[in-house]
Amino acid sequence: MSVKKERRSYLIGYVLALILTLPVLGLTASGALPRGTLLWVAGVAAVVQIAVHFRFFLHIRLKGQTREDLHLILFTTLILALMGGGTIWIMADLAARM
Amino acid sequence: MNTRHPGLNLGAHHGAADDAAEVEIFGFWVFMMSDAVLFGLLMATYVSFLGATHGGPGPQTLFDLRSITVQTVLLLTSSLTMGLAQLAMKHEEGTRRIVVWLLVSLGLGGAFLALEMHDFLSMIDKGGVPQASGFLSAYWALVPLHGLHVASAGLWMLAILGQMAWYGVDDGVKTGLLRLGVLWHFLDVVWIGIFTIVFVGGLA
Amino acid sequence: MTPDILLGRLDASALPWHEITEAENRLQLLSGIVGLAAALLAVVAALAVAAILTRRRGWGPLWRDWATSLDHKKIGIMYVVVAFAMLARGVAEAAVMRLQQALGADGGGILTPDHFGQLFSTHGTIMIFFVAMPFLTGLINFVMPMQIGARDVSFPLLNSVSLGLTVAGAALVMISLVIQPFSTGGWSGYPPFTEISFQPGAGPDYWIWAVTLSSLGSTLSGINFTVTIYKERCEGMRLMRMPMFCWTSLCTSILMIFAMPPLTVATGLLALDRYLGFHVFTNDGGGNVMLFANLFWLFGHPEVYILILPAFGVWSEVFSTFSGKGIYGYFTLVLATMCIAVLSFTVWVHHFFTMGQSADLNAVFGIATMTISIPTGVKIYDWMLTMYRGRVRITVPMVYAVGFLFLFVLGGMSGVLLANPSIDFQVHNTLFLVAHFHNMLIPGTLFGMIAGYTLWFPKAFGFRLDDRWGYRAAGLWIVGFILAFFPLYLLGLMGMPRRLVGFFEEGWLPLTLAALAGAGCIVLAVIALGVQLAVSIRRREALAVPVGDPWDGRSLEWALPAPAPEWNFPTDPVVNGRDAFMQLKRQGGHLDRPEGGFGDIRVPRESAIGPIVAVAGTAAGFALTWYIWWLAALSVAVIVGAMIARGFVRDAWRTIPAATVEAHWTAWRALADATPRVRRSDELRPANRGHAVPAAEERST
Repeated sequence: MSVKKERRSYLIGYVLALILTLPVLGLTASGALPRGTLLWVAGVAAVVQIAVHFRFFLHIRLKGQTREDLHLILFTTLILALMGGGTIWIMADLAARM
Repeated sequence: MNTRHPGLNLGAHHGAADDAAEVEIFGFWVFMMSDAVLFGLLMATYVSFLGATHGGPGPQTLFDLRSITVQTVLLLTSSLTMGLAQLAMKHEEGTRRIVVWLLVSLGLGGAFLALEMHDFLSMIDKGGVPQASGFLSAYWALVPLHGLHVASAGLWMLAILGQMAWYGVDDGVKTGLLRLGVLWHFLDVVWIGIFTIVFVGGLA
Repeated sequence: MTPDILLGRLDASALPWHEITEAENRLQLLSGIVGLAAALLAVVAALAVAAILTRRRGWGPLWRDWATSLDHKKIGIMYVVVAFAMLARGVAEAAVMRLQQALGADGGGILTPDHFGQLFSTHGTIMIFFVAMPFLTGLINFVMPMQIGARDVSFPLLNSVSLGLTVAGAALVMISLVIQPFSTGGWSGYPPFTEISFQPGAGPDYWIWAVTLSSLGSTLSGINFTVTIYKERCEGMRLMRMPMFCWTSLCTSILMIFAMPPLTVATGLLALDRYLGFHVFTNDGGGNVMLFANLFWLFGHPEVYILILPAFGVWSEVFSTFSGKGIYGYFTLVLATMCIAVLSFTVWVHHFFTMGQSADLNAVFGIATMTISIPTGVKIYDWMLTMYRGRVRITVPMVYAVGFLFLFVLGGMSGVLLANPSIDFQVHNTLFLVAHFHNMLIPGTLFGMIAGYTLWFPKAFGFRLDDRWGYRAAGLWIVGFILAFFPLYLLGLMGMPRRLVGFFEEGWLPLTLAALAGAGCIVLAVIALGVQLAVSIRRREALAVPVGDPWDGRSLEWALPAPAPEWNFPTDPVVNGRDAFMQLKRQGGHLDRPEGGFGDIRVPRESAIGPIVAVAGTAAGFALTWYIWWLAALSVAVIVGAMIARGFVRDAWRTIPAATVEAHWTAWRALADATPRVRRSDELRPANRGHAVPAAEERST
């Protein structure tokens, strides 16, 4: 790939990242959305933005990537979901019963 | 084009450095994933403690969303400039260009830290100290840890700049910079989690 | 009290005779004497080692050949040495605790409650973090790279740093024996009891830093092993051709990468509470003690499988080697190992069923827990079927293996019982639980580690371990274990709580006495292991196996001379299937001169970074424990400075010339030619010089 193309890829990633960030912060500041909706919007935007960073800055692709890198990311996601989700679930359950 | 490891791949014309990078950066990436679990758990702790303000100040009083926005833009821009530094290395555009982009990234990272420090101080002024409540303890365990990572990355960059002054852009510097780049982008990803969960989640 | 600038909060009350001089009654005096004796023993042992080293001019070689070495085999051996040294202390403490519980009826005994609390805290911390972990890390370090046909791990320097961190943690626990006290909060360090308001002294801080250092070391080891297995396998060594031990090493390493961070978070947050007045786990200020249990067991449960999986790997090697058969059900074993690794992250709540969460939540985790018995059961059947129709040789590792099969299944059954939340509520916090986890960890992990030590010792040092003392030790371990822990199941069902310093229930006494006898047997077993080592070193000529294949081995490490040279393989190996070395032996090509001749080999150059991290890490932990801030800052600066300086090093490798490799190989080949091949019936006789007649050939002649 030429320098130009690669540089453009970084720029695209940068612009996408800004697009996914700034509106969310603006919505939070304005208070235009109800809490639940805002959290959903922010959560989805964050997940997409992480994907953008992986794609444009960390160059992780679904095809042509060494297998172990993908294994690792998927496994980490699983562990984060188990540990983070589990912690929140357990602590919320305890709080509800206190 | 096949990618051998996360982050920018140097490509075959870099020879030994590209070969060494495959193992070194895979190892570093595994380390990042381990670190991600650390941050993930602190975020889960923060979420569990959102209600535990214990009569102390809460997110509405403490968080300055404008400052967070500027910090986010600074960090995102530094990721771009870090990428440009790495591209300059990959395409052998000369040491000067690499150093300039690195210094820009360092400056942006430094500005991020300065602003973050300013926020911390103003929080302390408003009574938002970690000793005030469980909620604030969780905040102070998480956000400064990210800042500490950014500061360490900055220190590491200075060490690599020192190596460049000593040896030029040799294989050691190349793999070092690739790893630093992975760390830099990873810290961005963590920041996305932090601003979504800590700030947006706190203020929503 | 404001801490002194120079010495922090360190003062005369930290000295080991303080408890004696302050004693107000007989019990305190006795307890103080026990503590002082232990401290003296540790100091005398350390001085004795130093004296021997000085007399034999050993300091130079210790530094050059061991401490600074980056050879994975030497690092592995050093890990095992640490494990054995700490095992001696852990077992001694166990014996003293058993003695206390046997004498402790009606308020008698020799220990104050506080001293007893320190004992069970150090015992648990040591056995998990400084015996089991270093032992398995050492075995993986020593064996795994050879089994996958690699020259070293991916990051040799990081390996040495991991060892340094582990040693620093172990050193802190040892120092706490002399400069007292240690935590009384148990190995799991639950707040609020470990918070500053309940234990303002240095004890919990020792625990925090010892555990944190060792946990960092284990994370780094896990990363190193995972990358090694993914990236350094030799040509033809596909994942599905790896020996079982490599598979279990891989799964354990992945568990280390992901299970250690929760521990670091837990100890880190506890440290913030204690040092900076945070309110994460405190009772007031909006903290939540339950979060600690959650975080700790997010680590603690996968940790159980970190401990057991490498032992499962050893058992797989032992059963197949000493049955003269390939492992039965290789694919199912791999699958079972992976299932266990993933499931281990889904069951942590069963460690705190009684904490107060809803029944539905408990039920989910109870069912998940029971599920783990399925892949584990698959493994047990695979091992039994490996023996079926094999030519089983009852060598020392096999004695441990058979003992393991019986005892581990019993322990597993008690685990399935405990997985049911309603039963757990009944036996929660009793000795039933203590019996259960010792039943998993002694016959499971520890027997596995000792079996592995016996199996691979010849590869490390060039001679076998004496088998008579080996059988004695194995017998004592098995009998001692049964005597020491089966009574605890009964005591637990009778309602005796764990961690009890004394009791007034006469009916418990016969069983605590039986357990004391068992502990005595285990002490004898450890002594027998020591005697075995001494006898073996004395008889090393008769036990020598220089050709390197004493057990008719199946995997690549047995293709190397014993002891294996620094560079492992003279040329890069190429394999075509599972049990690569056995295949080669059957084809008769294992002694052939490598095609394409010999080449220069690159090995990592010695580095002082590992020992620097060990010393500075110990100093940092000690300084933080005693509030000696200048020393803490200095130690951290030394570590950071060493890392930065290391970045400037460019000649990190050293070349072994092709001629040296060739000369070494030629000498080995000549030795093999001159050494008669030995049948399995002569395996334990001096005739075994490590040159085996392959099993298949033996059967046909």
